[in-house]
Amino acid sequence: MCLAIPARIVALLEKSRALVELGGVRKEISVELLEEAQVGDYVIVHVGYALSKLDEEEAMKTIALFSEMDGE
Amino acid sequence: MIKYVDEYRDGEVARHIAKRIATDVRPERTYRFMEFCGGHTHAIFRYGLSDLLPPAIRLIHGPGCPVCVLPIGRVDGAIALSKQAIVATYADMMRVPGSNAMSLFRARAEGADVRMVYSATDALQIARENPEKEVVFFAIGFETTTPPTALAIRQAKIENLSNFSVYCNHVLTPPALRGILDSGAELDGVIGPSHVSAVIGIGPYDFVSEKYGKPIVISGFEPLDVMQSILMLVEQVNSGRAEVENEYSRAVEGNGNARAQMLMEEVFELRDAFEWRGLGWMERSARKISAGYSEYDAEIRFGLITSSASDHKACECGEILRGIKSPKDCKVFGKACTPENPLGSCMVSSEGACAAYYSYGRYK
Ligand code: SF4
Repeated sequence: MCLAIPARIVALLEKSRALVELGGVRKEISVELLEEAQVGDYVIVHVGYALSKLDEEEAMKTIALFSEMDGE
Repeated sequence: MIKYVDEYRDGEVARHIAKRIATDVRPERTYRFMEFCGGHTHAIFRYGLSDLLPPAIRLIHGPGCPVCVLPIGRVDGAIALSKQAIVATYADMMRVPGSNAMSLFRARAEGADVRMVYSATDALQIARENPEKEVVFFAIGFETTTPPTALAIRQAKIENLSNFSVYCNHVLTPPALRGILDSGAELDGVIGPSHVSAVIGIGPYDFVSEKYGKPIVISGFEPLDVMQSILMLVEQVNSGRAEVENEYSRAVEGNGNARAQMLMEEVFELRDAFEWRGLGWMERSARKISAGYSEYDAEIRFGLITSSASDHKACECGEILRGIKSPKDCKVFGKACTPENPLGSCMVSSEGACAAYYSYGRYK
């Protein structure tokens, strides 16, 4: 029940709800736990609630760290 | 390509990180790392990460599977509630065996109204649709599922939904980790649960380095995240450091989610002690509903008394959750106990060590 993958917000709905796309499937979730949310944001969803947003810059840094491994 | 997923699953890069780990490990020693969280256990098995790692790295599965750590007495409690109310709960809880091979699934087959929900809000909806009946949400989980339960309770109060209550079994990660470290488990480092840190932040793990002198890396759940975190742990061990590091900076901010923390503060308070499967009674390791919301506490509303009950005789979940045994040490593993017919809680959820061993065939 705890497995979560990143989902992309495709539409904001009423009452702090949002439509997300998650591995090709669309699902309605709550964004009530976030300070703010926008269409296009990637979020971590647990039991129907977005817990945090993914930060693109930090994501790039981590990927860069992985590729530092290349050729070593 | 699925953004934020595929980039973290590249097999080629995984092998490069593995090679780096293999060069870094010192030949004279082993590195015993516990992955606290069942999500990591699942990733390790699903992607066969152990096969990539040098033998010097020993991965020890931790207790971070909420389904697994709930003691039988609490499952019995939910089954008792299902005789008086509609019980709504997460799918995994349906099959967890209680005493006498009873489960919520079986209770339902015998006529109880038990419903699987995806989210706490679905349980609220059941209460709205059945005003003449009592509806209990059987809530379990670590800090990731706690804020959603808090929101549901607050919403029930706003709507004055008097037929709704919560059987609260929310537990805390840091005390469980402390329990493991106190139990004398021989560990050189910890792969830290990161979605929990997305909520509570990183600070609550300072004690791991400060008090116990062990390194901990808050790790994402994709295979490359886990590999990278293992490398970071190896580097810490080699240089004699014991720090709290964050590999999962793309999703975890140092302070966590302030809004979720405030909600938990408002709706819950700490229990003096709570019994965990395998880890026993631990102080201040679980939450109950706070005085301000006590009318939504199912334990109070139904006068529920939870008693301790013992696990199935053959089941080694307790030792497995403490990191002392592995599923293959259990005599009934894969025989009398399978995911279709689990005898113990570790075989139920895909994050459970026994279920992960079984599903990915890594026990042969
Ligand atoms: S295989 Fe089944 S009985 Fe054995 S330890 Fe795992 S859950 Fe318990």
